[in-house]
Amino acid sequence: MNIARQIKDSLLVAIWFIILTFPIMVIRVNTIENEIEWRWHNMVLVAVVSFVLSFAWRYLFTIKTTGGKESAAAVPLLPWTQRIMENPRLLIPLLAALGVGVIIFPFVLSVYQVNIMVTALMFVVLGLGLNIVVGLAGLLDLGYVAFYAVGAYAYALLNHHYDIGFWAALPIGAFLAFIAGILLGFPVLRLRGDYLAIVTLGFGEIIRLILENWNEFSFGPSGISNIDRPGFFGINLSFSEATIYIYFIMIALCLFTIFVVNRLEKSRIGRAWIALREDEIACQAMGIDKTKTKLAAFALGATWAGMIGVIFAAKTTFINPASFTFMESAIILCIVVMGGMGSIMGVILGALILILLPEYLRAFSDYRMIAFGVSMVLMMVFRPQGILPGVRAKYQFKAAPKNAGGTE
Amino acid sequence: MEVVLHTDNLTMDFGGLRAAANVSLEVKEKEIVALIGPNGAGKTTVFNCITGVYEATGGNIYINPPGGSKKRINGKKINSITELGVARTFQNIRLFQNMTVLENVMIGRHCRARGGIIGAIIRDKKTRREEESIVEKSYRILEKMGLQAYVNELAKNLPYGAQRRLEIARALATEPFIILLDEPAAGMNPQETKTLDDLIVKIRDEEQISILLIEHDMKLVMSLSDRIFVMDHGEMIANGTPQEVRANQKVIKAYLGDETD
Repeated sequence: MNIARQIKDSLLVAIWFIILTFPIMVIRVNTIENEIEWRWHNMVLVAVVSFVLSFAWRYLFTIKTTGGKESAAAVPLLPWTQRIMENPRLLIPLLAALGVGVIIFPFVLSVYQVNIMVTALMFVVLGLGLNIVVGLAGLLDLGYVAFYAVGAYAYALLNHHYDIGFWAALPIGAFLAFIAGILLGFPVLRLRGDYLAIVTLGFGEIIRLILENWNEFSFGPSGISNIDRPGFFGINLSFSEATIYIYFIMIALCLFTIFVVNRLEKSRIGRAWIALREDEIACQAMGIDKTKTKLAAFALGATWAGMIGVIFAAKTTFINPASFTFMESAIILCIVVMGGMGSIMGVILGALILILLPEYLRAFSDYRMIAFGVSMVLMMVFRPQGILPGVRAKYQFKAAPKNAGGTE
Repeated sequence: MEVVLHTDNLTMDFGGLRAAANVSLEVKEKEIVALIGPNGAGKTTVFNCITGVYEATGGNIYINPPGGSKKRINGKKINSITELGVARTFQNIRLFQNMTVLENVMIGRHCRARGGIIGAIIRDKKTRREEESIVEKSYRILEKMGLQAYVNELAKNLPYGAQRRLEIARALATEPFIILLDEPAAGMNPQETKTLDDLIVKIRDEEQISILLIEHDMKLVMSLSDRIFVMDHGEMIANGTPQEVRANQKVIKAYLGDETD
């Protein structure tokens, strides 16, 4: 009965669309021959497409509302990943296969492919960094790209003026971004939600405008070129070798980030971040210092952006302010939201999807932003928790009081 | 018995509105004290001033933890006051909804632990041991509150009565010498209220702490409290044992109204 009703509603939608689009889709006045063309096939097309879309939309909604948590879309993915994560017999071969794949990847595929993968990996780390601020601590930061710019310009300027190499600049860039994170953190300590989003958005734009207009400092819109690639024990690397080298640096940095973020999340400070996200007053009433916790989140999140900034400058050997627009912040935020806030696996998956898909679907690049928008809206309606939502750690307790240890 | 919490002419103004005027109250060691009064009397305002959510505009608040020294806590931050040993629950439940029951209590242990960022990353022996003791102690508290069946459940999925108890468990985890309960029995059925009554006495006896509670359930208040303070229109109108308060004309007037009104 429900299906019949949905078909009826969808039919009405189809008829409505036929009437609505009739003048533009069906009638065409040929001004040369002075006659009217009736394109009836277009009417059929509109009818079928609107019917199918409307029906699919209704059907998904029924699943969502009637199924609740057991909805077809929500359940299968989660236990599937959980089952693999918890079963060493599945996990170890899978990790081994993944490891081999990752190592041989740059040697069997072209430099172009490796370059795309490096970009995707950079966004994985950026996503994981922003995940600390947005996903765990619940502070909506729309100016994250500013820290990325701080890292990139730190390396570019140090390299240009003082000839400082990549490996020395990496910690410096991270440290400067850390400081920038604290500097942004202080004025926004009292802000929450929308207000915080506006201020961080402004901060991101301020950094970009400074870089664009302070010619003496940042060389303005023309940017800085001829930045050194990462050094490899003083050996001169060809372009493709350098790309492969950066690829492995990125793989290492990704693993390092996952390791650190995972440990932070399951620590005392990680719990404090989540508590802060859940309820600020209650969190303080439990003895958590709001100031320290927020600043730690901003600073630690920014650190990763700073590091990736240095790598970005070294990878492209040329940077200018146009690389650090609000669009970049938005994409990183989308990665976090789409993948699943507070979920490491989710963010990795989100970054790979959002960066790799547009690259491989270049043929449809005109429709990229439309697809992007539609998929975000659909995500928010049908799966607001993200592709792979975060799962809270479970603890097992035995009867004997002394054995009550945590399992993670 | 020593006085552990003392407010001296506590006053709170919101612009032109005086929500609490010259409120003086005392809570002694291991005592259960109730703060009652009609709606809007300023009870929660007093709680918020004591716990640092609001900064009192006048008067002094002193704490005197057993085995510690007397301290004035006006203007201190919420988290510092909790650290000094004053814990609280909220009138409308404020749990960390998307964290598990155990994690909620573990958050309460936060201010009694020291693990920092570096420790969290390298996970050295000290941090690991601290983490284990946090889990262990949190679980003991849950057992005491009869919540062990829900350990890995998300807080938002708990039944109402259990959520109230979890709030108390979380407050207990901060190792307080006094705990402030804001309407702990609100919305509970008589059976749940009875359980809560026993639980509060048990907490006082086992943990050796003082309890200050706001409550509207007079049966609970009369059976539970050692002493009662009564507020109306921001002022303290009476205090004494349950019998004294029950007989007090001003209290009867505040609750039932005056013939001349």
